[in-house]
Formats: sequence, structure tokens, C-alpha cells
Amino acid sequence: MNGGGVTGTGNAPEVGRKGAGKRNWRALRDVTGGTPGNARRDVMPTVLGLEGSANKVGAGVVRDGAVLSNRRATYVTPPGHGFAPGPTGRHHRAVVLGLVRAALSEAGVEPRDLDGVAFTKGPGMGSPLAVVAAVARTLAQLWGRPLLAVNHCVGHIEMGRLLGSAPDPLVLYVSGGNTQVIAYSRRRYRILGETLDVAVGNCIDRLARLLQIPNAPSPGYNVEQLAKRGRRLIPLPYVVKGLDVSFSGLLSHLQAVTPKLLESGEATPEDLCFSLQETAFAMLAEVTERALALTRARHLLLVGGVACNHRLQEMLQTMCKARGAELCPVDDRYCIDNGAMIAQAGWEMLRVGQVTELSQSGITQRYRTDEVEVTWRD
Amino acid sequence: MAATQAEAGGERSVMAGPAGPAMGDVGPVGPAVGEPGAAGPAVDGSDGAAGAAMVAEEPPAPPPLPGLRLVQQGAEAHVYRGLFLGRAAVAKLRVPKRYRHPALEERLSRRRMAQEARSLLRCRRAGIPAPAVYFVDYVTNSIFLEDIVDSITVQDHIYSVQKSGNDTSGLHKLAEKMGELLARMHDEDIIHGDLTTANLLLRPPTEKLDLVLIDFGLSFISGLPEDKGVDLYVLEKAFISTHPDTETMFQALLKAYAATSKKSAPVIKKLDEVRLRGRKRSMIG
Ligand SMILES: Nc1ncnc2c1ncn2[C@@H]1O[C@H](COP(=O)(O)OP(=O)(O)OP(=O)(O)O)[C@@H](O)[C@H]1O
Ligand SMILES: [Mg+2]
Repeated sequence: MNGGGVTGTGNAPEVGRKGAGKRNWRALRDVTGGTPGNARRDVMPTVLGLEGSANKVGAGVVRDGAVLSNRRATYVTPPGHGFAPGPTGRHHRAVVLGLVRAALSEAGVEPRDLDGVAFTKGPGMGSPLAVVAAVARTLAQLWGRPLLAVNHCVGHIEMGRLLGSAPDPLVLYVSGGNTQVIAYSRRRYRILGETLDVAVGNCIDRLARLLQIPNAPSPGYNVEQLAKRGRRLIPLPYVVKGLDVSFSGLLSHLQAVTPKLLESGEATPEDLCFSLQETAFAMLAEVTERALALTRARHLLLVGGVACNHRLQEMLQTMCKARGAELCPVDDRYCIDNGAMIAQAGWEMLRVGQVTELSQSGITQRYRTDEVEVTWRD
Repeated sequence: MAATQAEAGGERSVMAGPAGPAMGDVGPVGPAVGEPGAAGPAVDGSDGAAGAAMVAEEPPAPPPLPGLRLVQQGAEAHVYRGLFLGRAAVAKLRVPKRYRHPALEERLSRRRMAQEARSLLRCRRAGIPAPAVYFVDYVTNSIFLEDIVDSITVQDHIYSVQKSGNDTSGLHKLAEKMGELLARMHDEDIIHGDLTTANLLLRPPTEKLDLVLIDFGLSFISGLPEDKGVDLYVLEKAFISTHPDTETMFQALLKAYAATSKKSAPVIKKLDEVRLRGRKRSMIG
């Protein structure tokens, strides 16, 4: 998926670069400093969030824990194909402004009602990230509002925390590019376990491609539907190391045996989808259970695109129940990449004054969850 | 590398067939050789509250032999203490995971039991300190091991040293001992698969730094530097998350590892590579 392509640079566009930093700070003080006579902003900071790290592009508005709007468009490729950075970036460029307009009008806010513009700094694909970041920088300067550069993974976590209403959950973050078990401690989201190679969602997408399953609405959704009709469990490599998992063996095994199995009638596409889910999700449930034991967390938060999968939810539910822990309810609307989650993380950052200078607003394809200093939590 | 070590072998692994012919689960009751009724916990693990103990909602499974006493409900197994043929023993009972497909569950628990027994034997044959295996029961999915009497986990030891405020130079020495032990284990091509400070015990008195390796359910046999490197990486991460204030300990451990192992150079190189892989992963989506 990481098809090379455009690399993010730290260069912001040259528009109005001078003095932008100062203006940001002033705007921020208006928001958080309790300036009398500016009641609206004091009470209700409102943030626009823009997301575009992969094949979805979104704009959402959040005000004090309420999602006012959340618009999204998805770049869908033909069956058997993944999405490349270049075309994905072009897709986003074509639709992003429309999404921003729609998000603002649905939220019933004007640019002047906004207190900040949040965007995804990374991780993700260079070209789509760059497109969305350029829009965010431009709007922030146009409207004289602070920029908030958000780590995509942290966006997922903060949205999950908002909805899950568990203050300090263990997080399982599963998506097309990430597979991480995360616990918060001392101002960082620490990665306790993760995939040693490919992400679980990527593994699912690759099987979808192998089986020529349509990419709309998403390959993962279609794999899940097929899996429901699977009967035979094909033995697949099950690789767990400590709190880490590895899916590369599973994937290459699938790639090797799929044509043969289908041809001989030993397995149907349904069986393959079923077997992948049963195996990969059990690995995830296992390491998550170990992490629960390790951290003694009482709540589990499931986020990321793969979180939508009902079989995964069911397995984690079963695991949690047996441990006396609780799985926070999963809200499908916010599992898939979206703008509101970026707005929510941005809102938290704004609240504590962690704003982004224009000169620091470059995108980065690699940006680990644990690189972010989480200044908004104790 | 042996073909039977399927689990952690990744692409090199061999599929354990679709829950192959179950060995030994013929009778409804296992060959319970324990003395009937000779119950009574030998050593009571009141320290059982430490470590990964967690009160689960589900009632604990009945002990694999009467008279055993539950000391810990881990993520993987229930651990009991008691007597086995008159000896102080620990019984690990693998509790089936209901979230897993039954065929997968069966395949995994069998393999893990077998791997645990196999690697423990291999350790002992090579003179690497690990509990003796008394009995493997495929019917109840339990394994009976020598009880390392009055031992504590390295994890709890580190916590108590830190809490006591005593000087932590002993921990440095401990880390070196751990490095030496792991080097010897790796030189025997044993990959532990779940290295943590909770899976290393210290015999009493702790000052002697007499270490014992346990919990080989995820272990396998491999001579590949990659597998050994990942083994160390797993431990490094466990160190960081369970003992965030002991940065120098893992360094001391690695140094001793490198000095002890005859094959350490490519392993350390792989460890560096694996660390970097994590840092470099682009993480899209
Ligand atoms: N041979 C032994 N002698 C003494 N104590 C033991 C022995 N084996 C296990 N224990 C105790 O039981 C605990 C759990 O054992 P083990 O790690 O083998 O099981 P586990 O199922 O992996 O548990 P967890 O999921 O908590 O890691 C150990 O930390 C230790 O305190
Ligand atoms: Mg253990």
C-alpha cells in the first residue's frame, strides 16, 4: 500500500507565512484563556477536522464533545486493485473543498465560529496527506485560526475515548495500516504490542484482491459478509510472539494456496474469508487479553477500520467477559477514517494550547503513536 | 529447524493439520496417577496475588487433580499448586478460549502443551534451569511441573527492590545473569516466544540470583538469528512497558548476552533490524 510516491516535506505553502505563528497564539488565548466578553469561544471551542491519510477523505466539526457534522468520501478502486498514492491524492483534491463546505453547513457554523483547524499530519500516504494538509493550512490562515496537526492514530483513540466514555481504556487499534495494542501511561500512548509486519486490515484487503472481491463499500466489509457463509476452517499460520503478532506468514500462505484450493474445490472463497478472520482475529484477541492481564485495565476500546467487523467485536466481547473486563461499544460511524476524529483530537490539543506553528505543519508518512506527547491527559 | 515447531515459525511454519487425530484423549478421565485423596497444598502460594493475576468473571475450572489449589488465573492458563506423587508440583491447566473456533483452539492448546513440555526437557538436558516436567495430560490439557518452591517472579522482585528504595545495583547484576541465561538458551536453539520478567523465576534466597525459566507454551526450536532477535525484542518491549524506570537493565542484559553467546553477533544485528522495522513502518490508515 505504501507505494512510494510523494514524500511529505516540512514545507508549508508560502501564503502568509509571516507572523502566522503569533496570530495562532493570540487566537488560542481567545479560546482557552477565559477572556471576558468572548463568551461563545470560552464556553464552546469548535474545531474543524480534516482527514486524508489513506483512501478516505473527510471533514467534520466537533464542539465540546458533540459531533456537529462528519462528511466523508472514499476513493474506490476496481476489484483486484489497491489504491496508489497519486490517484488517491487527486481524488481527495477533487472532493475535499466540497466536503468542507458540506461539513460547515451541516454543522450550522460559519468560518468565524471556528476556533481551530485540525488536520492529519500522518502517518499515511504522502500524496493524499499533502493535499489535505495544504487545504488545512490555507483555511487556517484565511480564517486566522490556529492549526492543529494531529497524529491519525491518536485521532482514532481520542474519538474512541469520547464515545466509549471509559477514561483510561486499553486500546486495540486495527486498520488497513495499523495493528497496535496501546495503553496510556505518563503522557504517551504506549504501544504494548503490534504487528511485526503487515497490518490485519491490509491482510484482509489483500485476500479481497486475491479473490477479486469488490472494493465497494470496502473490501473488509465484503470479506466479512462472505465469511458468514464460510464452513471449513483452513489451517493457517497462527503467529503470536509475546504481545506482538505477525501476519506475513498467514498472507503468503494464503497467496500460495488460494488458487489451488479454489480450483480443486477444497475450499470456497467463503471458507477462505472465514478462515482468515477466525485465525487473525483470534491472534488479536489473544494478545489483547494478555495486555489486559498485564495492565489490569478494566475497559477495552476497539478502534480503526477493522473495528467495524462484527466477528472481531464478538470475539473480543467473549474474551472481555471471561476476564471480567468490558468492551466499550463500537460506533461504526467513527471506526472508518473520518474528519470528526481529527477534530476531536485537535479539540483536546487546542484545550491545552498544543497548537502547531505553520513552519511545523509538514506532513509525515511515518509518525508513530508513541511519538506524540499527550499533554492533554494526566 | 525442526518441522514440528509450527506456531511461531511464520512463513516457515508447518501447518498442524485440521486438529489431527487427538493423541491420548480416549478415556473420559485422564490417567490420574496422583495419589487419591492425598490432598493438601504443599506450599501455599500466597504470593499468587502478584503478577498477572486477575479475578475473572467466569468461575475457575476445577483443578486437574483433586486437592490442588488455584494460585493464579493468568491470561493463558490456570495455575494450581499441590502434590503430585508426593512432590511439590505446579499444574498449568489451559482453559479453552471460547472466542476461538473450536478446531483452532484444539490445535493450539495441543501444540502449546507439547511445545512447553518439549522445550522444558530440552532446557533440562542442556543444563539450563527450568522446572522438571512431571506429567502431561492431554485429556484435561494440563501439564504438571516441578514447583520452584518459594520462588518469586523477576518482575515482582524488581518491583520490590524499587519500592524498598534499596540500591538497585543488584538489579544490574540480575540483568547480567538474565543475559547469560538467555544466551545459553538461544545457543541451544530454543526460542522462548514470550520472554517477560514474569516468566523468569528467582529461587530463594533472591540474593543468589538463581534464575529459572518458565512458561514455554509459545516456544519453538530455531537456529535463525531472526527468531532469536525477535525473542529479545519481545523482552525489550516487555521491559519498557512493565519496568519503565530500568533503561540500563536491558542494556546490561544485552551486553552479557553478547559476551556469553557464541552466536550473538548476527542476533544483535537482527534485533537492531527488528527495532528499526517498527520505527519505519509507515502505518497507513
Ligand atoms: N514451576 C513453577 N514453580 C513455581 N511457580 C510457578 C511455576 N510455574 C509457574 N509458576 C507461577 O505461576 C505463574 C504463571 O505461570 P506461567 O507463566 O507458566 O503461566 P501462564 O499461563 O503463562 O500465566 P500468564 O498468562 O500469567 O503468563 C508464574 O508467574 C509463577 O508465579
Ligand atoms: Mg507467564
